[in-house]
Amino acid sequence: MRLQDLQQPAVSSKVFIQRDYSSGTICKFQTKFPSELESRMDKQQFEETMQTLNNLYAEAEKLGGKSYLEGCLACLTAYTVFLCMETHYEKVLKKIARYIKDQNEKIYAPRGLLLTDPLERGLRVVEITIFEDRSIGSGR
Amino acid sequence: MKSREYQQIDPKALPTPSQSPPPHQHLAVGGDGRKEPMTPRRKWEVFPGKNRFFCDGRIMMARQSGVFPLTLGLILVTSGLFFIFDCPFLVKHLTRCIPAVGGALFVFVLITLLQTSFTDPGILPRATPEEAADIERQIDDTGNTSYRPPPRTKEVLINQQVIKLKYCFTCKMFRPPRTSHCSLCDNCVERFDHHCPWVGNCVGKRNYRFFYSFIVSLSLLTAFIFGCVTTHLALRKGLMFALQESPVELAICFFSVWSILGLSGFHTYLVASNLTTNEDIKGSWSGKSGDAVTNPYSHKNIFINCCSVLCAPMPPSLIDRRGFLPADEPARASGADLELPNPNTKSDRNVVGGSSIWSLTCRNLPLIFPCS
Repeated sequence: MRLQDLQQPAVSSKVFIQRDYSSGTICKFQTKFPSELESRMDKQQFEETMQTLNNLYAEAEKLGGKSYLEGCLACLTAYTVFLCMETHYEKVLKKIARYIKDQNEKIYAPRGLLLTDPLERGLRVVEITIFEDRSIGSGR
Repeated sequence: MKSREYQQIDPKALPTPSQSPPPHQHLAVGGDGRKEPMTPRRKWEVFPGKNRFFCDGRIMMARQSGVFPLTLGLILVTSGLFFIFDCPFLVKHLTRCIPAVGGALFVFVLITLLQTSFTDPGILPRATPEEAADIERQIDDTGNTSYRPPPRTKEVLINQQVIKLKYCFTCKMFRPPRTSHCSLCDNCVERFDHHCPWVGNCVGKRNYRFFYSFIVSLSLLTAFIFGCVTTHLALRKGLMFALQESPVELAICFFSVWSILGLSGFHTYLVASNLTTNEDIKGSWSGKSGDAVTNPYSHKNIFINCCSVLCAPMPPSLIDRRGFLPADEPARASGADLELPNPNTKSDRNVVGGSSIWSLTCRNLPLIFPCS
């Protein structure tokens, strides 16, 4: 959909979902539904998005046979293998970026919200931008 | 809810929102007074920490390179002398394997040293102004009505241990667990181990495995060279004669080898218990205070600890050195508010193996290690 300059949505506010460190240093975000979004979307949908993101990050950082093999191979080649191979983490990060784009298109953009990939924020926060409600008539 | 009440937002088409000025062509005044469009700048050019960047942001080091040139020089000179003076004799009298093994170790040491020095150790980018404001608001909201400053620590429970997260005033965020702010580099580094002047960089989450490989291979190399030189002297002149003739040099070599071996041993212990030098020095988990504290990050298994520290998936660089700044965003001193990245730069960022990019622009320094 074309965005006309005169009708650029104004940012009303931003919500920041912080990291959840209860499981250690792994990348995990809090799934608590922020009050600012109550008027915009379902709690369940939000929690589903966050849970899927958390699962994807857990997959990226998972210690398993495959990641050990990759690590050992990398060590033996003095880590030069990273020049020609995409790491497991990077593959999952691309998956996460696609998922966020997909969620934005399907769920968040129609509600005047925008999810920012946490990678853009140094994996500190999930930033949700709330755009101004331009509706003249009734709300939801 | 009617979706048409909200403008369907195309995430890619959005400019930098909120308090920033409307987009306009950023013009620079040229030498003759003509206004020329400014070339887009990369994020490393406005990076707030005390780091130095080379190769258009691919390589980074601390601003204080410390004694890194000395380290490099010592390794090159010692190995060079070994290959020139000892190898010919030993090849003739012993075996051809000696220069082969020495050469392999030397190359491994050099590569891992350069990787340790030039890799992003796990720097956390500073919080954007909106994030900082949000955190400030949350801190103030904790009902602090007295004149005392609001608390700047947050407590979390990790594996039944209470961990205090400190607020970093420079980076304007609560530091994740095991993160520390390096005063020399002026950056918060994840899983901060120590700032190593020998490699001229911090040692943190992303380059600890390179650092460990470096010191282990260096101890093997120095022990190997020491052994070969001693053998050479013994075969040529007899060991007793050699000890009498050059005791000082041999003593220096002996103690140097042992100090590096000692460092490797110490770090092997740290890896096996999933500790950082920082935590070990501070005694965070040694139970000095009398409480029953154990390391909450340890997997309680030496093998798993080693694997998780050395063989875990390589985390990405979070600072996106080579991304472009948005054209209308003025360069800020404290971590630019970087909303939507230029889609052109997506392929550059966080790609550890960017071999095509390497070959295109990094001709001056034919380095063979990954830059990330």
